[in-house]
Amino acid sequence: MNFFNSQLSTLNPQLPKWLPLGLLLAVLLIFPIIIEGTSYAYLSRMAGLVGLYALLALGLNFTLGYVGLFDLGYIAFYAIGAYTAAILSINGYSFLASTFAAIVVSVFVRLLVGVTILRLRGDYLAIVTMGFGEITRIVFNNWDSLTNGPKGLPSVGESIRPVKILGMTLVTNTHYYYLIAASVILTILVSQRLENSRLGRAWVAIREDEVAAELTGLAVARLKLGAFVISAVFAGLAGSIFAHWERFVTPESFVFWESILLISMIVTGGMGSIRGVILGAVLLGGVPQLLQAALVGSRFIDYRYFFFGLVLVLAVLFRPQGLWPSKRRQVEILETEYVN
Amino acid sequence: MFIEQLFNGLVLGSIYSLIALGYTLVYGILMMINFAHSEVLMVGAFVGLAAYTLLAPPAGGWVALVLVLLVAMTASGLLGIVIEKLAYRPLRQAARLAPLISAIGVSIILSNAVFLWVSNQLLSFPKVVPEQSISLGFMKIGSLQILIFFTSLILMAVLHFMVQKTKMGKAMRACADDLTTSGLMGIDVNKVIAFTFLIGGALAGAAGVLNGMYYGSIKYNLGFLPGVKAFTAAVLGGIGNIAGAVLGGFLLGILEVMAAGYLPNGSQWKDVFAFVVLIGVLLIRPSGILGERIAEKI
Repeated sequence: MNFFNSQLSTLNPQLPKWLPLGLLLAVLLIFPIIIEGTSYAYLSRMAGLVGLYALLALGLNFTLGYVGLFDLGYIAFYAIGAYTAAILSINGYSFLASTFAAIVVSVFVRLLVGVTILRLRGDYLAIVTMGFGEITRIVFNNWDSLTNGPKGLPSVGESIRPVKILGMTLVTNTHYYYLIAASVILTILVSQRLENSRLGRAWVAIREDEVAAELTGLAVARLKLGAFVISAVFAGLAGSIFAHWERFVTPESFVFWESILLISMIVTGGMGSIRGVILGAVLLGGVPQLLQAALVGSRFIDYRYFFFGLVLVLAVLFRPQGLWPSKRRQVEILETEYVN
Repeated sequence: MFIEQLFNGLVLGSIYSLIALGYTLVYGILMMINFAHSEVLMVGAFVGLAAYTLLAPPAGGWVALVLVLLVAMTASGLLGIVIEKLAYRPLRQAARLAPLISAIGVSIILSNAVFLWVSNQLLSFPKVVPEQSISLGFMKIGSLQILIFFTSLILMAVLHFMVQKTKMGKAMRACADDLTTSGLMGIDVNKVIAFTFLIGGALAGAAGVLNGMYYGSIKYNLGFLPGVKAFTAAVLGGIGNIAGAVLGGFLLGILEVMAAGYLPNGSQWKDVFAFVVLIGVLLIRPSGILGERIAEKI
């Protein structure tokens, strides 16, 4: 047997481990250029939207995934980022300045909210974050003098200027695809570094058993607040990119459903698993859009959400730990108790 | 004027209470937000409408109302059991967020099933019992409102009796106290949970019919808003606590009507007002108005 094995391995030298990932990255890097100008060009816009979802889901992964905070109002900080950036851009500020401001405002509001509500537990936290998300949306919807109400920004006669960065002006969907791709990669790197740091391990300890974490000397309240605030950075960034790309923001883009969608991406992909969260964003954010594009004109187009729901249920029933869970979580013992 | 508004708030609140009871019953036992509850309500409303269309000509008025309610409650209750069996039971041992996601999936499936195979339009919902305005001297109220209010009260009384006086109710209370131990003591936990979903679903079905009569129309996506409000009400009162759900529902209904009536631009801001009150209450009493302080598990 050994003989055969060694024979096989010399005949089939192992492919280097980085190869699949490298190939995937290469494809993701060049496909928008190849399809530009063809009838498939809409795919780069779609990929950009999926990228935004990935960015948001990775941001929410800090609270929901690592710490296990049940955060139903994350989309509010995306909205705050988008509106901040839109208002500044309309008033003539550059992309970098308005993005920076968007992140600062999101983080600041998130900090205020976090300090007030993070001592609530579990589902009480869920309902309060949901309430905060809805309050934010309704305020944007009703505060006509600042946000132009349901009609959205910019108002007639104003405009959000396209992104100018490193001497280039970003105009097409492909340009924004690359901007978003760069942001996603940056977010992945930050997530990875944090995940394998003292901080990341402390977060996971809180998720697995808050009391035990506290008893080992972790400053649970501060750690929770830290994750809560860090996650707002990515919401602010994504909001600013969204506002500059669409050059139009309305409260309609920030409904409760979007928060639910982000949570579904994380749980379906695998809580706290970077690759899983991205897979979730691609599946739940991308596939419905692909179906929509593929089914245009067919009567099956109305069925796509029905099947979306079905797939969501089946995915969770068959893989409650997520489609692609993190190694760390795979080795953890599944909770067997009914939570007391 | 004030008293009329107050009564309007009670009527709206009674609908919220009925829905909130479903959330709180399930939560009390499984510690799980039954996100599909709002769609069970929506299906109840559609079944009620179908029942009325089929039954109304021969049996009008009160008989029709009782029949419509019973049919809608039966359908919603059974739907609750089916959802629990297919989507929640397999995940009972899984991490907490898993059943939440399958609940979201179920609720997408249900609303889209109605959208695809029943109707994607706003359908008008009959008043079932002829409407008239009753004057009490100091206030005028519609018969419809009285009907909604007292139907809800009767259902709540039935629930109270069931939970406090029957054997199944005792089993439910035991399970809410400690599910694992109840199982060890010989209580058929699966049966109790199924029964809980039956009751919760039936109440949602009744609420769906009443909600339809209140607004006069129904649509495939009607469940979401009352669902969210009722869940808020359940949390406000202290989730898992039956009296809390009723209290929270009434409070939220009154708050909403009063905010819409007395605040400037009130109808635009009433939801903000409701959430602000919720957040305020939770900051002072983190487990709701009537919720017991859950001892931290040490």
